[in-house]
Amino acid sequence: MRGYVLKKVGWSIGTLLFVVVFNFFLFRLLPGDPIGLYTRGRNMSPDQLIRLRQQLNRPIGEQFITYLSNPFASTINSTRFNRPVWEIIGERVWPTVLLVGTAVLVAALAGVWLGIRSGWRRGSRFDRVTTGTTNTLYAMPEFWVGMMLIMWLPFFPSGGINSVGVTGFLPTVVDTAWHLVLPVTALAIVYLAEYTSIMRASLVDELRQDYLTLARAKGLREDLVRRRHAVPNALLPTMTLIFLNLGFVIGGAITVEYVFSWPGLGLLTAEALRGPDIPLLQAVFLLFSLGVIVFTLLADLLYAVLDPRVSTQ
Amino acid sequence: MTAIAWQRRRATASRFWADFRSHRSALVGLGILLFFGLVAVFASVLADPAGLDVTKATAPAHAAPSGDHWLGTDQNGRSVLTLLIHGTRVSLIVGLAATAIAIVIGTVIGIMAGFYGGWARSTLMGLTDWFLVIPFLPLAIVMATVLGASLLNIIIVIGVTSWPGTARLVCAQTLSVRERPYMERARALGGGDWHQMTRHILPNVMPLVLAHVVLTVSVAILSETTLSFLGLGDPTRPSWGYILDNAYGTGAMSNGEWWFVLPPGLCVVAVVLAFTLVGRALEAVLNPRLREGS
Repeated sequence: MRGYVLKKVGWSIGTLLFVVVFNFFLFRLLPGDPIGLYTRGRNMSPDQLIRLRQQLNRPIGEQFITYLSNPFASTINSTRFNRPVWEIIGERVWPTVLLVGTAVLVAALAGVWLGIRSGWRRGSRFDRVTTGTTNTLYAMPEFWVGMMLIMWLPFFPSGGINSVGVTGFLPTVVDTAWHLVLPVTALAIVYLAEYTSIMRASLVDELRQDYLTLARAKGLREDLVRRRHAVPNALLPTMTLIFLNLGFVIGGAITVEYVFSWPGLGLLTAEALRGPDIPLLQAVFLLFSLGVIVFTLLADLLYAVLDPRVSTQ
Repeated sequence: MTAIAWQRRRATASRFWADFRSHRSALVGLGILLFFGLVAVFASVLADPAGLDVTKATAPAHAAPSGDHWLGTDQNGRSVLTLLIHGTRVSLIVGLAATAIAIVIGTVIGIMAGFYGGWARSTLMGLTDWFLVIPFLPLAIVMATVLGASLLNIIIVIGVTSWPGTARLVCAQTLSVRERPYMERARALGGGDWHQMTRHILPNVMPLVLAHVVLTVSVAILSETTLSFLGLGDPTRPSWGYILDNAYGTGAMSNGEWWFVLPPGLCVVAVVLAFTLVGRALEAVLNPRLREGS
């Protein structure tokens, strides 16, 4: 077990280093004058410009070490907001966590339920309808679903996290929940497809196992065979895949946040690329990659806890 | 090639087609793809390309569907139907070209890793795992910003970011092919690495890759739509995502202009779904392990 954990943690650290190196050099490929890109639209004194240029004139190795020492504390402010990038990111994290967390929870619960029903009665009418529907939902761009929802459900707020003039704790919570409805629906519809097919596939894998025959042979009702034997085992891979997806899900929220002007990291990314606001984009990209690495590690560890066979291999 | 070899190939092809035909959803998908393929090829015949030019638009902006403009007009008075027809071409070109890049990179890395094994395999597959970890959309956004907006750059960005899945699949398949007796025979007869990889491994890996290719195209088209929607597409070559970007930017939803929002999305869904259906069916036909399963 300890060896397994160490291996996984080591791999995560290696990946993190790769991402940091990649992030540093990718932005060195920018065409044109980097000073112009970094300071676009801002008045800067010649003094400041000279200092910036001196920074960029240092050997690339030295610049890299400066960057490594603290990748988030970019020495240059965001060009759009004229504030340190990590300060802007800090206030945008929670709306994204709220949005994505709610959407994943809704989609996972509904998806697991649908997956169990259609997987257990494989080939039934319900299964065919569910599979067809999830295939179609999976083909939809999230932002398009959002746009259609805005157009056809105009009584829901179409943007932002709070209405103007709402004060007090309880009214704010209710108002935020009201604003959450459409973006969560748009995200959940697309994720639902993925979770349903994952759960269905893992349950179908279990259907052929001998222990189900044994459970039936000792006289368990079909319902109990499913609930007590098949589903708990099928949930293992589903749980880890849901966790593994979490990191990528945050990236998927970019367009939905953009459509609904939801003040999270996704909207921040969309704002950063219209410009482009290079320092901000660099930091946001690093944060997204970090998210995926952390959730991948958590998924690996969770799997080892849930299924002891993994760590002893 | 001898006549016997051709006869055998014809028999395999007809068996394959019979298997494929038994999946009804795949035939529907193939029909949809054929339709959009024809639209893409004959785009200029179906709709005058001059209709894409903002300066030549004479119709009123944001007009509802009418006899002249079956799907209304956009914010510049261009016919949405004309944009859609020419968008088909862009979306399909980007999807296919990006997939070609991804498949070439993925296959080369996968075969090298699987064939040489050991040190080469851990290095190459480590690299692949790293690229799998980098979230796709943020990476594509960053690269598109760095490279600048043009059709070629969008193709490169999507192609360069979607190869890791292929590499993994090809590597796993190569590992199993490498151990087969005919590989030993090829080595005993003095076949070099290049000969073994191109003449024995590649043909045996290709069928599985084919199903994967079709599924990759659907993802690539979705990615193109997303990137264009975020304003990273080529502004001179309107695609479906570009139309949606314009619709969003000019408030088409709050004005209830369904003709501006609904059709581009439906086209994306139809094409992506069609590629998915065909890909799944190919997988089921070509991969015997899936046959008794779902």
